[in-house]
Amino acid sequence: MSETLSNTRSMNMIEAIRDAHDVAMERDDDVVVFGEDAGYFGGVFRCTAGLQEKYGANRCFDSPIAESGIVGTGIGMAAYGLKPVIEIQFADYITPAYDQISQEAARMRYRSNGEFTCPIVIRTPTGGGIYGGQTHSQSPEAIFTHVCGLKVVIPSNPYDAKGLLLASIEDPDPVIFLEPKRLYNGPFEGYHDRALKGWKDHEDGKVPEGYYTVPLGKAKTVRAGKDVTVLCYGNMVHVCEAAQAESGVDAEIIDLRSLIPLDLEAIEASVKKTGRCVIVHEATKTSGFGGELMSLVQERCFYHLEAPIVRVTGWDTPYPHAQEWTYFPGPKRVGDALKKVVEAK
Amino acid sequence: MDGFADAENMTGSKTSDRGFRVPQPPARPGEAPDFSNFDFGEPGKLPLLDAEAPVEAFEPFHDGLLRVLDMDGKAHGDWASMVSEEDLKEALTAMIRTRAFDQRMMRAQRQGKTSFYMQCLGEEAIAVGCALALRDGDMHFPTYRQQGILFVNGIDPEAMMNQIYSNKKDPLEGKQLPVLYSFKDNGFFTISGNLGTQWPQAVGWAMASAIKGDDKIAMAYIGDGATAEGDWHQGNLFASVYRAPVILSVVNNQWAISTTSAFAGADKNTFATRMASYGLPALRVDGNDIIAVIAATRLAAERARAGLGAVAIEFLTYRGGAHSTSDDPTKYRPKEELGSWPLGDPLDRLKQHMTVSGLMTDEEIAALEEAAEKEMREAENRAEEVGLVHAGEGADPAKMFEKVYEEMPGRLLEQKKEAGF
Ligand SMILES: Cc1ncc(C[n+]2csc(CCOP(=O)(O)OP(=O)(O)O)c2C)c(N)n1
Ligand SMILES: [Mg+2]
Repeated sequence: MSETLSNTRSMNMIEAIRDAHDVAMERDDDVVVFGEDAGYFGGVFRCTAGLQEKYGANRCFDSPIAESGIVGTGIGMAAYGLKPVIEIQFADYITPAYDQISQEAARMRYRSNGEFTCPIVIRTPTGGGIYGGQTHSQSPEAIFTHVCGLKVVIPSNPYDAKGLLLASIEDPDPVIFLEPKRLYNGPFEGYHDRALKGWKDHEDGKVPEGYYTVPLGKAKTVRAGKDVTVLCYGNMVHVCEAAQAESGVDAEIIDLRSLIPLDLEAIEASVKKTGRCVIVHEATKTSGFGGELMSLVQERCFYHLEAPIVRVTGWDTPYPHAQEWTYFPGPKRVGDALKKVVEAK
Repeated sequence: MDGFADAENMTGSKTSDRGFRVPQPPARPGEAPDFSNFDFGEPGKLPLLDAEAPVEAFEPFHDGLLRVLDMDGKAHGDWASMVSEEDLKEALTAMIRTRAFDQRMMRAQRQGKTSFYMQCLGEEAIAVGCALALRDGDMHFPTYRQQGILFVNGIDPEAMMNQIYSNKKDPLEGKQLPVLYSFKDNGFFTISGNLGTQWPQAVGWAMASAIKGDDKIAMAYIGDGATAEGDWHQGNLFASVYRAPVILSVVNNQWAISTTSAFAGADKNTFATRMASYGLPALRVDGNDIIAVIAATRLAAERARAGLGAVAIEFLTYRGGAHSTSDDPTKYRPKEELGSWPLGDPLDRLKQHMTVSGLMTDEEIAALEEAAEKEMREAENRAEEVGLVHAGEGADPAKMFEKVYEEMPGRLLEQKKEAGF
C-alpha cells in the first residue's frame, strides 16, 4: 500500500469501484470514463453513478452500443495522453472489441517501439451466479491472458477492487479489469439458496477513504495452511474458503488478484511448502488459465510435488441458465478435490 | 432530425468550447416530456408505391413517415388498400394476446416465478404486423421484443412460458435465458443475447434462399441502440451488394436502456435515410399504426420475393415499459413520457379503428380481451404445474452437457460423469 489511511468506510464492491473512479478523477484531469449507460445513469450496475454529475459530461459519458467503437476510441484517447477507464456492460459483450483489444491496445507499444502507448483500463463484469444465462455469465479471462501486452486483473473483494483499480488506472499498459458481478453486493460462497451476506461484516468490506493502491502482480494469502495450496481468484476465492472450512483440510488459499502480471514467487513458495496444489476457476476447463497455472507449477515445483495437481473449473459447455448451479464449481466440488489431493499417496 | 439537445454546457465541462458534445434527451425525470422536435407528417399523404417501383420512388419515405391511421381511428390514403378486414381482426387478436401474455409474465416475475422478463408494451403492432405480412417458410430474426410474431405464427403460449420458467417442458431444456426463445417451426430464429449479431445472419439466410433459387425471405429486426454495432453496417452492405431477399427493420423505440437513439445517430439522420445510403429502398413507418406496418411490410416482402433485393424499414415507436424487469426507467426519463408519445398506443388505436369503422363492437373487443386473459392464465397454470426454475420439475441438469456438439466429445463425457450424470 502506497499510503496508509486510517479512515475506512464499509463499502460493497460497487461502491468501492465507484470510489476508485472518483479518487482517480479527482487526482487526475486526464481520467475519462465512458461506456454503455455509464454516463447519466451511472451504469447498469451503478459503478459509475454520480460521476457525470460531479465531473461533467466531458469526463464521464454514455456511449453508443458499439464495443469495438468504445475500445477503439478509448485507444485513441489513451494514445493522445488521456487515461480512459471504460466500461463494457458485460464481459460477454466484449467480443466485438476483441480485435481492438488483442491486435491494437495490446501491441501499440511494441509495434511503435515505444512511440505510442495505450494506458487504458477496460472494466467489465465477469462470471455467473446471477441466473444470467449464456450471455451474462461468462469468464473470458483466458482469451486475454493469452495476448501478450495485456494485463488481466480480477479482484475478489471491495478493498482489493478499489486498490487494484487505482493501480490499473496508473498503469502504463492496457489492463482488462474483470469484476465478478456475483460479488458486487457481498461475498458469495456458492450457496445460492442461503441468505446473501453483505460486505458489511467482512474484513475486506472496510475500505480506506481516499487514495491507496494494491499493486498488480501481488497475490494475497487468504488463509495460511500447510497441506495443500489452492490457487484461485474472483468468485472462487470465497468458494474455496467455504470448501476449506467444510472439508477441514489445512489448505493455503491464495487469491491471485492479477493473472498478468502473476505472482510466481508466492505460488512457488507455497507449493514448495505444501507439496500439493489445487487450481480453481469458474471459466471452462479446456485452455482455461488453470492450464497455464498447472504448467507453471509443474515447471517450477515438480520435485516438491507429492500428488498430481487438480483443477476444479466450470464444465466445457456454454453457461446454462437453469443448470447454473450444476455448472458453477461450488464448495462441494472444491472440497472433494482438496480431500482427494491431500489423501493422494 | 428528431432533435435532442446537446450537452454543451454540462457542469465542469472543460472542453465544450471546442465542440465536444454528448447527446442528451430533451427531458429527464422531473421535466415535462418533449417530442416537439419530431415531424410526424400527416396520415394518408405519402403515395402508395408499387412493389417494383424504382429505388428513387422511396425517397419521400426516408424522412417522411408512412401513416394510415389518424389519431381518431380513421384510415387515410391508398396504403390502406393493402390490408383487409380479416388482417385487422387477426392483428387485433394477436396484439391483445401479446399484451395479455406480457402482463401475465410481468406479474409472474414480480411473484418470483421467473428471475427475468422483457415486455414489448407499446410495440405490439410491429411484430404482429410483420408476421402477418410474411408467410410460412419465411424466417424472422427477432430481438427480445418481437414475441408478437409468435402469436400470429401459431405458438402455444404454454411453450413460451415453459421456456421462461426453465421447467421440464422447456423446449430449450434450460439452456437459455428467459424470453430468448427459439421456435424454428414458427419461423422464429433462435434469439441471441448479443446485440446486432443476427442482422447479418438474416441477410445470409436470405442470400442462401436466393442462391438456391427459393422464394423464401428473411426478416431482420434490431433496436435503435443496437444499430451502433458494426454488424448493422455490415449487414446493410451485404444485403445491398448481394441483393438479398431480406427485410431489414430497425425498431426505433427512442431508448436503449438509459440512452436515447441520438447515441445511434438518430438526431442527425433517420435510420431509413441511413439504410438508403447503402442503396437500399427504405421506408419510415409509424410503428404504432398496424395498418401502416402491415402495408409497408407486405410491399417489402413482395419486392424481396420478386427478386428485387432487400428493403429497409424504420419503425418509429416508443418503448412503453422498462427495458427489462431489471431496469428502472424513472431514473433516466420522465414517467409521463409514455402517455405523451404523439403516436399513441398501437392497441388502443387499432381498437378505436375497429369500432369507428364499424368492424367490431366494444363488446366484441372486450370478449377478445377476456378470452386472451383466460388463455394466458390457464397456460400459466399449466406451465407452473410443470415447474419453475427453482421449484417443481425443473429442466434436467444432465441436459446441460448435450448439444454442445452433435456428438459429445470424450472429455465432455468424462466431465458429465464427474458431475454425477
Ligand atoms: C453486444 C451487446 N452489447 C450490449 C448488450 C447489453 N444490452 C442489452 S439490451 C441493450 C439496449 C438495446 O437497446 P435497443 O437496441 O434500442 O433495443 P430495445 O431494448 O430498445 O428494444 C443493451 C445495451 C448486449 N446485449 N449485447
Ligand atoms: Mg431501443
